[in-house]
Amino acid sequence: MMYLRAPAASGGRSAPARRNALTPARLLARACYKRPLSTTTRFCAALKFTDKHEWVRVDSGVATVGISNFAQEALGDVVYCGLPEVGAKLSQSDEFGALESVKAASELYSPLTGEVTDVNDALADNPGLVNKSCYKDGWLMKMTVSIPEELDGLMDEAAYERYIKSMED
Amino acid sequence: MLARAFANGLCNRLPREATRTVGLGATGRQDRQVSTEVALKKTPLYDFHRAQGGKMVEFAGWSMPVQYKDSHINSHMHTRQHCSIFDVSHMLQTKVFGRDRVKFVESLIVGDIAELKDNQGTLSLFTNTKGGIMDDLIVTKTDQGYLYVVSNAGCADKDSAHMQARLQEFKAAGHDVDLEFMDESLIALQGPSMAQVLQKGVGDDLRNLTFMTSVLTPVFGIRGCRITRCGYTGEDGVEISVPSGDVVSLTEKLLADSEVKLAGLGARDSLRLEAGLCLYGNDIDETTTPVEASLVWTIGKRRRQAQDFPGADIIVPQIKAKTQRKRVGVISTGPPVRQHTPILSSDGRVIGEVTSGCPSPCLKQNVAMGYVEAGFSKVGTSIQVEVRKKAVPAVVSKMPFVPTKYYMGQ
Repeated sequence: MMYLRAPAASGGRSAPARRNALTPARLLARACYKRPLSTTTRFCAALKFTDKHEWVRVDSGVATVGISNFAQEALGDVVYCGLPEVGAKLSQSDEFGALESVKAASELYSPLTGEVTDVNDALADNPGLVNKSCYKDGWLMKMTVSIPEELDGLMDEAAYERYIKSMED
Repeated sequence: MLARAFANGLCNRLPREATRTVGLGATGRQDRQVSTEVALKKTPLYDFHRAQGGKMVEFAGWSMPVQYKDSHINSHMHTRQHCSIFDVSHMLQTKVFGRDRVKFVESLIVGDIAELKDNQGTLSLFTNTKGGIMDDLIVTKTDQGYLYVVSNAGCADKDSAHMQARLQEFKAAGHDVDLEFMDESLIALQGPSMAQVLQKGVGDDLRNLTFMTSVLTPVFGIRGCRITRCGYTGEDGVEISVPSGDVVSLTEKLLADSEVKLAGLGARDSLRLEAGLCLYGNDIDETTTPVEASLVWTIGKRRRQAQDFPGADIIVPQIKAKTQRKRVGVISTGPPVRQHTPILSSDGRVIGEVTSGCPSPCLKQNVAMGYVEAGFSKVGTSIQVEVRKKAVPAVVSKMPFVPTKYYMGQ
């Protein structure tokens, strides 16, 4: 999710912006509006985060994936979700889809290696769920966990909060 | 796409001659949020925007609000259902004085300006000697002894240099012309409830101010204002030129009306695209002729005969002979279509490219403009757009995509 880049490159033909590039969405994120630190916490009991702002939660061997509150705020109103097919096999960091707002597009990167078992069909008619309920009803996909050790390399909630704080400074 | 326009090479790196009320980078501190080397210019509403929760981004060398606390879509829909204020003070406002002012302006643009009624304005184009478009602008023939010109912020240096060069030529030839680059601020009030809101602060009956006409009048007690019934949203709206020392006060007075909200460049872009209006730098530029750009209507009847504007020898023959490519509207569903998206024929051949596109908040479909080979430019033609390496069906569509609501009188 990290590359919140301007739609200029959204033919899918250019490389995504570097992580440190000052994309418009990042400008928005840095601009003078306050990000609520606490609203995320109550929901995120066992969440792990990637540095590209996806979250993953594992339950009985199935991983649910979505984007963080920080990411949905930076992206703005989601109007279209490009999600993978059920059965798609993904390696960690593979691009698995994209979210589009009126102004910008963001690729989605798989937090883990595994196979897609479910995709949130509700988002086809109601893409705004990603903004309204990014940790619950706005989940993006579910997948198997082929390499559980990969979870150890992801940030826990406290580390993620520190990470986004460091980005904003 | 507007976000990309922010970063485009239209960014002005030199301070303008005109004495803007607020200095460049008032604190002298370089803004860390942008990658340009010089501090961004600020309109007199800058602090006001920030206090209202404006998210500031760079546009054409200025720090401008892209949105406020409302989401982009809410701001867009509010403009269509109520009314919104846009700070457009970054645009260049110019007065052209002198007995030969019409001849002067006509030497630079394509329209029949002499034929305009008093206080009537029109959209026109600065053209270059190759037939390309240098900028689009609105010129109004006031009854105050001057022409009033509003042109794009991104072309301010180019346009002012262009006008000044022609001015020197005209003066050298003994003509009577003078230019004044104005210090006033400019705000747009756009939406169906604009007239109801504005009438409370204007003595003249706004029912007499029709689309593309202009009047000097105090607004909410603020003197030295000019109201022009025009805009960039497709809605009934006005642009108010107001002394810079009073623009904050005027904006506050307008905002006191519950119908009115502030809107930023994000909503401005999606609104104008739904209205089928070009964005200079994206949809028209120095390499597009008015005929290719489907803007033939701007070329005055008399001017086509006289061929007395820059590039006329290239442009006028194109009116009859047609051009190889044409700007068209495109509608699709599925993944949004953006600038640089390739346009394909039904059998997969590349036939053009998108120059602007976004998901339409009103239509809940994707709307776009782009250039296609002339053979595919008929409304209703089935085409495809290539998004994320997949061909998605699309159709050539008429513009505006959303019906416009310009006030033509009673």
